[in-house]
Parts: sequence; C-alpha cells; structure tokens
Amino acid sequence: MSLVSVRNLTRVFDVSKPWLNRVLERLPKRYLTAVSDVSFQIEENKVYALVGESGSGKSTIGKMLVGLLPPSEGGVEIRGVNLASEQDAKTIDDIRSDIQMIFQDPYASLNPRWRVGDIIVEPVAARGGDTTGLASKLLEQVGLAAEDAQKFPHEFSGGQRQRIAVARALASNPKLIVCDEPTSALDVSVQAQVLNLMSDLKDDLGLTYLFISHDLTVVRHMADTIGVLYLGRLVEEAAPEDLFTTPRHPYTQMLLDAAPRMDEIGREVEPPTGEIPDPINPPSGCAFHPRCPLATDICRERRPELRYVGITRVACHHTDAA
Amino acid sequence: MTDVTDRTPAAPKPRRSRIQEFLSSDFFYAFRRSPVAIASFTVVSLLVLSAVFAPLIAPHDPFNPASLNLMNGFTAPGTPNAFTGDQFFLGTDDQGRDVFSTILYGMRISLFVGFAAVLFAMVLGVLLGLLAGYVGGWVETLIMRVADIQLTFPSILVAMLIFGIAKGFTPVEYRDQMAIWVLIIAIGLSDWVQFARVVRGATLVEKNKEYVQAARLIGRTGPAIMLRHILPNVLSPVLVIATISLALAIIAEATLSFLGVGAPPTQPSLGTLIRIGQGFLFSGEWWILLFPAATLLALALSVNLLGDWLRDALNPRLR
Repeated sequence: MSLVSVRNLTRVFDVSKPWLNRVLERLPKRYLTAVSDVSFQIEENKVYALVGESGSGKSTIGKMLVGLLPPSEGGVEIRGVNLASEQDAKTIDDIRSDIQMIFQDPYASLNPRWRVGDIIVEPVAARGGDTTGLASKLLEQVGLAAEDAQKFPHEFSGGQRQRIAVARALASNPKLIVCDEPTSALDVSVQAQVLNLMSDLKDDLGLTYLFISHDLTVVRHMADTIGVLYLGRLVEEAAPEDLFTTPRHPYTQMLLDAAPRMDEIGREVEPPTGEIPDPINPPSGCAFHPRCPLATDICRERRPELRYVGITRVACHHTDAA
Repeated sequence: MTDVTDRTPAAPKPRRSRIQEFLSSDFFYAFRRSPVAIASFTVVSLLVLSAVFAPLIAPHDPFNPASLNLMNGFTAPGTPNAFTGDQFFLGTDDQGRDVFSTILYGMRISLFVGFAAVLFAMVLGVLLGLLAGYVGGWVETLIMRVADIQLTFPSILVAMLIFGIAKGFTPVEYRDQMAIWVLIIAIGLSDWVQFARVVRGATLVEKNKEYVQAARLIGRTGPAIMLRHILPNVLSPVLVIATISLALAIIAEATLSFLGVGAPPTQPSLGTLIRIGQGFLFSGEWWILLFPAATLLALALSVNLLGDWLRDALNPRLR
C-alpha cells in the first residue's frame, strides 16, 4: 500500500467580494479552483515532486496533504486513513505526528521570540512527550551545534535557519515530510547543502518527501517521480529521466525548453507563449489549449484524462503525436 | 550526515549575562544618546520612588488627625507660622496639613490608579485584540464595532458614565473604599480600545506567517497559538501605548477627581488636591493649588516624553 494516496483532490476558494459590495454592485459570487481533480500516490521512502508555475496549486496540495486546509472534494489518505473524515482521535493524532512540513521562507517559519531549542522540540512538547536532550541531538543531526539551542533565530543565516526547520520537522519522528519550496529562499550555494542534508536524512531515517518546487534542476536532483501541474491539474507524471529526455505533454516540453541549460549556452530559446490563464475562468476542455501548439477542436471541448503511456501518465489528447 | 556545513567553526563564546547584554544593546545606546529620555526617566523614577516611599519621606502624616494643628492652617511656604512658629517646606492647607506630605501621598493614589487602570486596559485590550485578529469573522466584527462606537465618545465621558453607574450599585457605606477600584475600572474600560486596535492589526500580520502555520500543523490549538506564539510578537507596540496611556490615565484620574467624581477626600489624589486648592487661589493661598498642579504636570509630561522616546527607539524605521 502506498504511504500517501491522493484521490480526486479538489480545492475551491470563495474569492467573492464582501456581501454588501456584491449586493450593491450586483456582482455574482466568484470561485477560484486552485486544485482540480488531482490524483497521485507516493510510495514509502520515495520523493514525489510537484512542479508548476506560481498559481498552479502546488502549495495548496501540500497544505491539504498535511491537513492545514480541508479539501473541497476528494481526499488524502495517509496509510489508508482519511484525515478529513476519520473520527477516532487516537488514529488522527498518530497520523498527524507522522506528517511534518518544511516551509519556504526560513525567516518566517521560525518564531522570532522563541529560542531555537524550544522551537525544535515543540512538535514533541505539544503532545506532552519527553524532550530532554532532544534539541541537541536534532541540532547535531542537521549539522549545527548543540549549544545553538540557546540562541534565537535571528542569530542564524538563511541556510542555518532552514536546517533548524528541518530539525523541527524531524522531532516527532515523522514518516512523511512535505517540503514547500524549501530552497527557493536560499542562495544557490546554500541550496545544495540543504538538499544534500535532506537527501541524506531520507536515506538514514527512511523518510518520504512530497517535494514542491518550481525549480526543475532541483527536482531532477531529488525526485523519484515528478508530477507536473498546470492550473491546478496534473498534466504529466513521470520518472525524472523519462520526463527530461522524452517529455510527453506539450506544457512539459515548453517548460523544459525554457529552462536554462549548461550544455547549450548561446542557443536560441523559444520563449514560452501566452500566460497562465485566470483560474476563476479556466479555459474549456484542456486548460492548456490556448497556449498549445497542437490544440485542435477536441482540446477545446473535452478535458483529457490522465492515461498511461508506458509508466508515464499524461493528460493530453495528442500524446501519441507528441 | 553532511560533510558540508554552512556554519563557521568558531570557538564557543561564553553567553553574556542579561545585564551585560542590556548595557550593550541598541536600546540602551539610544537611551544614553537622548538627553530628553535621560531627563524624563530621572524625573519619573524620582517621583515614583518618592511616592512609593512616601511614609518614610513625608515629614507629616496628613491622614492622622492627631498630628494636625488647625493653628497651622494657611502657612505660606518657607515662612514660619504666625501662631506656632512651625515651618513648612511647601506650606499648609486650610486644615494645617503639610502640602508636601499631601502631594507625596496624593501621588501614591494617582500613580496606583494610573498603573492599575493601564494594566487593566492592557490585559483587556490585548486579549480582545488577539481574539479579534486571530479568530476573525463575527467575533472580530463585534469587538471592533464596539471599539469604534466607544471611540466616538470622549474617554473622560465614558469613564464618568461607568463611574456613575458603578456608584449607583455600591452600598453607601462602601462607597469611599470602593471609589479607587471603581475609578480604575472606569478609566481602564475607557482606554482598552487603543490596545485592541493595535494588537488586532499586528495579529493579522503575524497569523499569516509560516511559524503560525507550523504551530497549527504541530497540533497546537487556538489559545496556545495566540498566547504563546503570537502574543510575544505583538508586544513591543503594546509597551509604547502602555507608557503613553499611563500619562493619559493619570490625567484622566486627576480630571475625574477634580470634577469631584474620582478619589474621595479621605484618600486625596493629586486631582483632589487641585480641586481643594483651586478654592483658595483667589484668596491669596496660591501654594495649595500650585504645588500639586506642578507635580501632576511634571509627572504627566515626563511619562509622555518617555513614551514618545520609547516609540521612536522601538521603531526601526525611525532610527
């Protein structure tokens, strides 16, 4: 059984103006579909990466996975337990302590008024667990010194702060860690260090990651499976080597073409055409059709299902052509 | 484990004590560089200390009728009394009470009411502001609309209203004892809005930061997040408002007492003393009014200046 199984996950936000304005200006209610009918599975001890432009719903999926946001439709099952519908408090608590999250901005994710030691052990302290010696053990595990527990977050650099965030995520011995763009706020030189740390910890502790990023090079380095999101829909899911050598979906091809490459410095780059559409009024049929070079009538009318091409899953009517 | 680390292997430096840390802080540096801050801090501490140690400093006990001599009434400052030959540093009032002593004791009442009222307003305002900012929805609407409505009334009017209502409910024999506490609640209730507004605004900013999400993820509940995570991060503006409110509360207390609805004559505050003194102003006994009024002015002004400086010192954008 997969550790995580996401089924038909959908999240709709109400972005209407306040009631009074709606009445006075005669505006209808407006809904934004951030995530639309996304299904995937994450196997134990693997890294599943979600990539996409900003606004593609990557972070929303991450938040629903850890339970910070309730799904509008569909659900997330962690080891067969659906957190949104499970009634037994003990089961919920057990599953909850198996999930942790590393946030994007290490300057905002650590409480500036707390000592690092208190921040790190909070996941255990909140459940009334024993925290003696835990902070120093975790700090050393992420490559910091035990006496750093006495300091405040502002005494650390961005990379060190992200290590502290990793230490906090490890405190409750989780199985799954959702990493929401964990390196995008860091310098490139520090990114590699944090990524190496995370991948070592994964091997040592048998962790599973959901890795959310917009950086294809980072993802290529880390992931076992990559899911490409476009406007809240999963358009392609493949192993990194397949995705980078034979991208199937025209959107993935466009993304890869636009990414800078070391081996082809000076090549002519076809800039991506068009912009990501308004998620309040998504295009009919395939959401990518206004920007797609292969679009035909069927793309405007019917939304393509994800289907298997080998072990890759692609949502495109023209996969064979691509 | 990683072999690459981004920390420099420095020798572990000994942690400095809190006092050393304070003395070398930006805050203390800004304090040393500001003559206004030093002067107002000196005046405030002198006044507060002399109020606290009034029984040790005051030459007379103005509340002990046995120590009063009616013959000493209306002694001018610095000159011996015509009948008894007693000298009084700041003169005496109509009943022969030493003005200097009554000021010291009056300041105790004024400061106690001021501090207690601000503390009450602060606790109430901070809690309501946190709740409004964090919970949102109708709770926020309710709290903030009540605050808006209250702001449309002058706070002294609100305090008089509360004082009047409370007085109606207190039995006559307890009125004088309860007056101080009623005064504290009345001033406190008229002053919580400022705290609530500032804290709500700061909470709205803080609650969207990722550390709050991290705490929710860990399984912390609303009250724990509000009090342990958000509260420490919204406190520095509260400190500034508390200082400025203290000056306002002292003045509000004096105003209420001057109008005769505040501290009773058995426990005269600076405001009560001014009210008593103004009756003698035009008959030539100016000292009965002037010295309590000057003390009130010095107290309120220096607390206010200290608050202003604190606001600048704690605001990184004004440095």
